[in-house]
Amino acid sequence: MQTSSIKSKNQTDGQKSKTRNAGLLLFLKPYMGGLAVSACFAAISVFASLVLPVFVGKAVDCLIGAGKVDFVDLRIILVKMLIILAFGGIAQLVAGRINIKISAMAVRRLRGEAFDAVTRLPLSSVDAHSHGDLESRIIADADAVGDGLLLGFSQLFTGVLTILGTIGFLFYISPHIAPVVVLLTPMSLLVARFISDRSRKYFLEQAALRGELTAFCEEQIGGVKLLRCFGANERSKRDFAGFNERLNEISLKATFYSSLPNPSSRFVNNTIYMAVGVIGALYAIAGGITVGGLTSFLSYASGYAKPFNEITGVITEFQNAFVCAGRLFELIGAKPEQETGEGELLSVRGDIAFENVAFSYDKKVPLITDFSLAVKRGAHIAVVGPTGAGKTTLVNLLMRFYDVDSGTISVDGTDIADITRKSLRSSFGMVLQETWLREGTVFSNLTLGKADATIGEVVEAAKLTRAHDFIRRLPQGYDTPLSSDGGTLSQGEKQLLCITRIMLSLPPMLILDEATSSIDTRTEQKIQTAFHRMMQNRTTFIVAHRLSTIRNSDLILYMEHGNVLEQGTHEALLAKDGRYAALYRRSLG
Amino acid sequence: MKFILQYLKEYKWYATLAPLFKMLEAIFELLVPLVVASMIDKGIANADRGYVLRMGFVLLALALLGTTVSITAQFFAAKAAVLSTGRMRADVYDHIQSFSDAAIDQVGTSTLITRITSDLNQVQGGINMALRLFLRSPFIVAGAMVMAGTISWKALCLFAAIIILLSVLVAGLMRCTVPMYRQVQRRLEGLLTLARENLEGARVIRAFAIGERERDEFARRNEGLFETAYGAGRLQSYLNPATFVLVNLGIVVLLWRSGAAVNAGTLTTGETVALYNYLSQILIELVKFANLIVQITRAYASVGRVEEIMEIVADERRHGERAAGADKYTAIQFLNVTFSYNKSEKALEELSFSVPQGTTLGIVGGTGAGKSTIVRLLRHAYDVTAGEVRLFGLNVDSISDEDMARLVANIPQHVELFAGTVAENLRLGNPDASDDELITALKTAQAYDFVMEKGGLPAEVRKGGANFSGGQRQRLSIARALAVHSKILILDDATSALDAATERELLKALREDTEKTVVIVSQRSNAVKNADRILVMDGGWCIGGGTHEELLAGNDVYREIVEAAQ
Repeated sequence: MQTSSIKSKNQTDGQKSKTRNAGLLLFLKPYMGGLAVSACFAAISVFASLVLPVFVGKAVDCLIGAGKVDFVDLRIILVKMLIILAFGGIAQLVAGRINIKISAMAVRRLRGEAFDAVTRLPLSSVDAHSHGDLESRIIADADAVGDGLLLGFSQLFTGVLTILGTIGFLFYISPHIAPVVVLLTPMSLLVARFISDRSRKYFLEQAALRGELTAFCEEQIGGVKLLRCFGANERSKRDFAGFNERLNEISLKATFYSSLPNPSSRFVNNTIYMAVGVIGALYAIAGGITVGGLTSFLSYASGYAKPFNEITGVITEFQNAFVCAGRLFELIGAKPEQETGEGELLSVRGDIAFENVAFSYDKKVPLITDFSLAVKRGAHIAVVGPTGAGKTTLVNLLMRFYDVDSGTISVDGTDIADITRKSLRSSFGMVLQETWLREGTVFSNLTLGKADATIGEVVEAAKLTRAHDFIRRLPQGYDTPLSSDGGTLSQGEKQLLCITRIMLSLPPMLILDEATSSIDTRTEQKIQTAFHRMMQNRTTFIVAHRLSTIRNSDLILYMEHGNVLEQGTHEALLAKDGRYAALYRRSLG
Repeated sequence: MKFILQYLKEYKWYATLAPLFKMLEAIFELLVPLVVASMIDKGIANADRGYVLRMGFVLLALALLGTTVSITAQFFAAKAAVLSTGRMRADVYDHIQSFSDAAIDQVGTSTLITRITSDLNQVQGGINMALRLFLRSPFIVAGAMVMAGTISWKALCLFAAIIILLSVLVAGLMRCTVPMYRQVQRRLEGLLTLARENLEGARVIRAFAIGERERDEFARRNEGLFETAYGAGRLQSYLNPATFVLVNLGIVVLLWRSGAAVNAGTLTTGETVALYNYLSQILIELVKFANLIVQITRAYASVGRVEEIMEIVADERRHGERAAGADKYTAIQFLNVTFSYNKSEKALEELSFSVPQGTTLGIVGGTGAGKSTIVRLLRHAYDVTAGEVRLFGLNVDSISDEDMARLVANIPQHVELFAGTVAENLRLGNPDASDDELITALKTAQAYDFVMEKGGLPAEVRKGGANFSGGQRQRLSIARALAVHSKILILDDATSALDAATERELLKALREDTEKTVVIVSQRSNAVKNADRILVMDGGWCIGGGTHEELLAGNDVYREIVEAAQ
């Protein structure tokens, strides 16, 4: 049986980081070559930017004083500088290009794989997870990994290289003053660290409050029409203003504290700069270093701190990217719906059999314990009963949205576990109570199951289901764009669209789960003919709330708590005068 | 840009103090090379150790002062950014809350939510960064140029040439990339929509076994996003190397020219070093600036998206002057009302009827007959295309939305409950309702028993009312409307999830209030058969009116509806 395959909390952290690291390594592999090439170019560019001040120092030393400038040497030095400059610039461009391309490709791949995983997740996982969370993995986390991990990697590499190179040059120019810089500069790192630890607290608070605000907006912006009905817009504005006030307060702290590391570390750097300047000058007076040497030395001393600051930033981003990568790889690595058989359903007859089926969502709470039923081809089976009786569960099992715990369900004598899900599902036409429309035109919504349908076929199907009448009245008819919540369409109109969708593709078996609950009885009667034609010779399961729609079924199952308590035809069940009869009388009023 | 400035203006002190203090910081920083230059020219040249130490002390003082003003500037920048974005957020929210139904339908709620949350967060980060660094860089650059000018005006010309070249480059790049980033954001939304659809609609999509098609579509959109994002990144990638090359070229030229000047005795070695230091400072600032451009560009794209929302006309409806002519006895009156959602097809044609105060009107008809449209026009959710709708003698367009909410309580088809308590939900339309009033409303709505079982008025309601069944949610929604004590009550297909017995009890309880005018919209004749008058709607036309008995005798469509229910 499937359990939620995206890791839940009970999984140990050890396992978690193991899958993450394995996923991360596998993911990074194709980019290793590109990263190595980019690293080489980055090294050239770092070398160029580091070596230039040395030449500046040498050039300054050529400028001894009025009338004493050594133009020959100066010219040679400057030409060398130009050459280095050209190489450095090109190397920087190439390295940047490669990095951007790799990161964009990686994000594309991550998003693609994460989406693939979503479309293959078992329904149990889709049902169990916050959709918003899964969406943000595909959208935001992928960006964080691409930018943070890959660009971060190259920044880290450049930073470390710059630090090492600078140390080398410092010692090369003056082995005596170099230790001052090397030993003192990491202090700025410590200061920055000290402050950012404190600002993190406010950042977390800000993130939490922003999350709450989003939830508030989803509810109150989603409900603008309702709020207007109740004259509550002004109150909602006041509530929001209060929220906004609190957010401002926290944001202010988070923003301010997070901006402190920069000036603080700059202060440390400036102090070091001062120390180097004074020591260097005194040293120069003693004849230990030339003025030009001191110039390039000072320029290294001020440039030396920059990569340290950057690395601190990169490390925070890294941590974030690692967390995001973990969330993504968890999704990508989630166990997909597993195919258990290769069989294809060809020319379906429609004999369906349940044999000793047991199933429950929560393994601790049994639902369906022992369900057996044989349905002959073309029969119409109605399932009725109170909420939680297991009616919709039967649909879930038939479509293999969920798999049985034990027992078998077979179609035409073949266990549905031996048939590919695609083949099984396309043999059923399903209409649910919860209508689902997607962003797109009416036409594209209707042709969801039959992409190559012509407008003629669509109109014909819509005429049969009476949907044509209202579609015709829409602003652009069949080309009217629909938003995901269907906009001004009423619940009944949405249901008619969903029925038309099935009418168009007309698979050999049907599942109608409260398919007409929002359609008025008169329209329902008018489309009966169409329904009859659709259901003729097709095995059909009907789950219904309104009993008038199922009286003519071949068999009615009355279910409660996962078990069939009564079964028979409408007349037989009325004669029996049991629970079905009571329900029927109640519904008549 | 004007949009942002308009908000910054409200915090102009913070917004000007921040860059001002940044300028001070820049000045202190710009003094450093001068001090170093004199350290070289006077201290080293004269071997004056005391002078060197004094200059060292000056450097330390500059560092200390610089840090203090910098922190002050950060504080003002944070304040300006957070407060102005906060104001913007409140304005956008208020604007959205004043959207009419038509405006909401046109924009769709999901994009509104993204814009008020993630887009505005981008904007806040962008403003803060801009005030903190965007202004620091130009100060340093300009300051460095001025300082260089005091040393040598020829050097100033050189610096100016470099800056102009770079500005042209940056401006050109921004011009190209801002639209690209806007497109990136749009394409990202496209991906998000598809991902959401495949989660929300997982059952339908899998039932049709079109996973392959969905994956292909995602790959196609993903490719589109890659193209734009990579395209923008590629353009941006010129920025850093170009800055590096340009500024270092400047250094080479500077050293070459200085050679001649020093030789001629018009420039000292220390001054050359100072000029070089200024140029390096410019380089460092420009590189920072270039990296910022990316973030600023993205934030700028977000500003555009927020501005779009503010530009939408929130309310397209007519709001007329209140005319005299109140009529106590006629609660609702439709006079030759014609309406269409678009210009082409009419949803209602030439509809006239009136409902005396204290009576019950039933409206029946099929899907798409125009029943809900009548309710929407009655509440002035839309303007009529022709004709007039009056409540108690007043044209609906002269009644404000707030007055309307007190006059007409509507129970919509689709139940929406908010996270909170039962009491909070019930008080939506009447915040001052007492507990007793709420209990009475619950009893009338047949909701008292199950609410008590859950813990009474303080019982928790989860998001969307998830911890109540469909029928229970509908009864809570009815109680919420009853708590308003409105003169008119509308049940817009609001009993569809109730079983027949509960529905009967509810309608019986409603009839006990003889003051209230009730409109019951239903697809089923059961709900309306006791109404004082029933309208039969079909295809936007009213095809009959009368009592249950009259219609049963003389209206074929009504008879069909009644028969269908049996």
